[in-house]
Amino acid sequence: MYTQALNERETVGPGEPVADAAFQARIDAEERIEANDWMPEAYRRTLIRQISQHAHSEIVGMLPEGNWITRAPSLRRKAALLAKVQDEGGHGLYLYAAAETLGVTREALVEQLLDGRAKYSSIFNYPTSSWADIGAIGWLVDGAAIMNQIPLCHCSYGPYARAMVRVCKEESFHQRQGFEIMLTLSRGSPAQRAMAQDALDRWWWPSLMMFGPPDGESQHSDRSMQWKIKRFTNDALRQKFVDATVPQARVLGLAIPDPALRFDAATQHWVHGPIDWEEFRQVLAGNGPCNRERLAARRRAHQAGAWVREAALAHAAKQQPAARAA
Amino acid sequence: MMSEHPMPLWEVFIRSRTGQSHRHVGSLHAADAALALQAARDVYTRRGEGNSIWVVPAASITASDPAERGMLFEPAESKIYRHPTFYTIPDDVGHM
Ligand SMILES: [Fe+2]
Ligand SMILES: [Fe+2]
Repeated sequence: MYTQALNERETVGPGEPVADAAFQARIDAEERIEANDWMPEAYRRTLIRQISQHAHSEIVGMLPEGNWITRAPSLRRKAALLAKVQDEGGHGLYLYAAAETLGVTREALVEQLLDGRAKYSSIFNYPTSSWADIGAIGWLVDGAAIMNQIPLCHCSYGPYARAMVRVCKEESFHQRQGFEIMLTLSRGSPAQRAMAQDALDRWWWPSLMMFGPPDGESQHSDRSMQWKIKRFTNDALRQKFVDATVPQARVLGLAIPDPALRFDAATQHWVHGPIDWEEFRQVLAGNGPCNRERLAARRRAHQAGAWVREAALAHAAKQQPAARAA
Repeated sequence: MMSEHPMPLWEVFIRSRTGQSHRHVGSLHAADAALALQAARDVYTRRGEGNSIWVVPAASITASDPAERGMLFEPAESKIYRHPTFYTIPDDVGHM
């Protein structure tokens, strides 16, 4: 999901302990690990990567929705969308701050995003071509984010868990405003209804991909589970999402674009058809419809803001002697 | 990539409207105290979370060493006579 690219194996340096019994005992006892506590280097690196990818996803995630702020169909929708995008910026900040407690600087993290080394969620590399996409994103993308983020509130690393508590409090408004947009469109004119269906058709599969590769393929999952960074597997979270979302689509009267979708009476779960993992790999590798555009927009924004940061620091430096004299 | 000067880090404390003490809510980067306050207001009080903000330079905080946790905090664990439940009072005395 927001942290889907985590499923790469973390390299362990020569002579570096992979497991530490005392550390694992603290994890097993559900103790929270705090910034200054001893931790295995691989735990630290795993967290830095996961939290920073999560932060980058929040920041890049502002772009597809930002695309519609000036064209929202009413002042009410515009105010809500603006507030939601502003929240996502805040989420990015909480998460960068959590990553920084592990000994990495904000500047280094931003640089990793801008020079293309860092990954972020594949979902934000799809275009928002109609207003209904804003509804679909709130409903599906934020809905998937909530599924992933709620268990992270109990993650073993204290600063990450606390950041997630704040984020989760804010997410539910995002999903509800998206669903309300979908509901309004689906009860509107035939053209509006078609627009909502088209958005669902385009966002459904990428939303399922947000949870990351199937469990068999995610080698990194085991250790993250053992360290209680992750509490559920990718497939388990995906299943929760499908089970929650299919009935919501019925309320909207929209069709999920999966001819193989069926309810399994024995397990009481909705079973979805095969996911096109090749598409997922392509988007993660930088070949999605909007990868280049997203990074270019971030770089432009960062460069355009450079003079503000420099001026603020210059002003602070000038004020400092005066403050001391006073 | 351009070289950036690091922005100082600030810890943010907010007093909720219910009149409790200021509580740590998170941190942020800002060039000076005035900008830190403004950013804290934008980031941490968008839903009526509080009516007073403190921002403190993170570098000004001295923290206890996790390695000394035992030495610092374990002595209190055995001093149960510091708690009211340690003392037995007859039931007919009523609430005390
Ligand atoms: Fe978010
Ligand atoms: Fe959100």
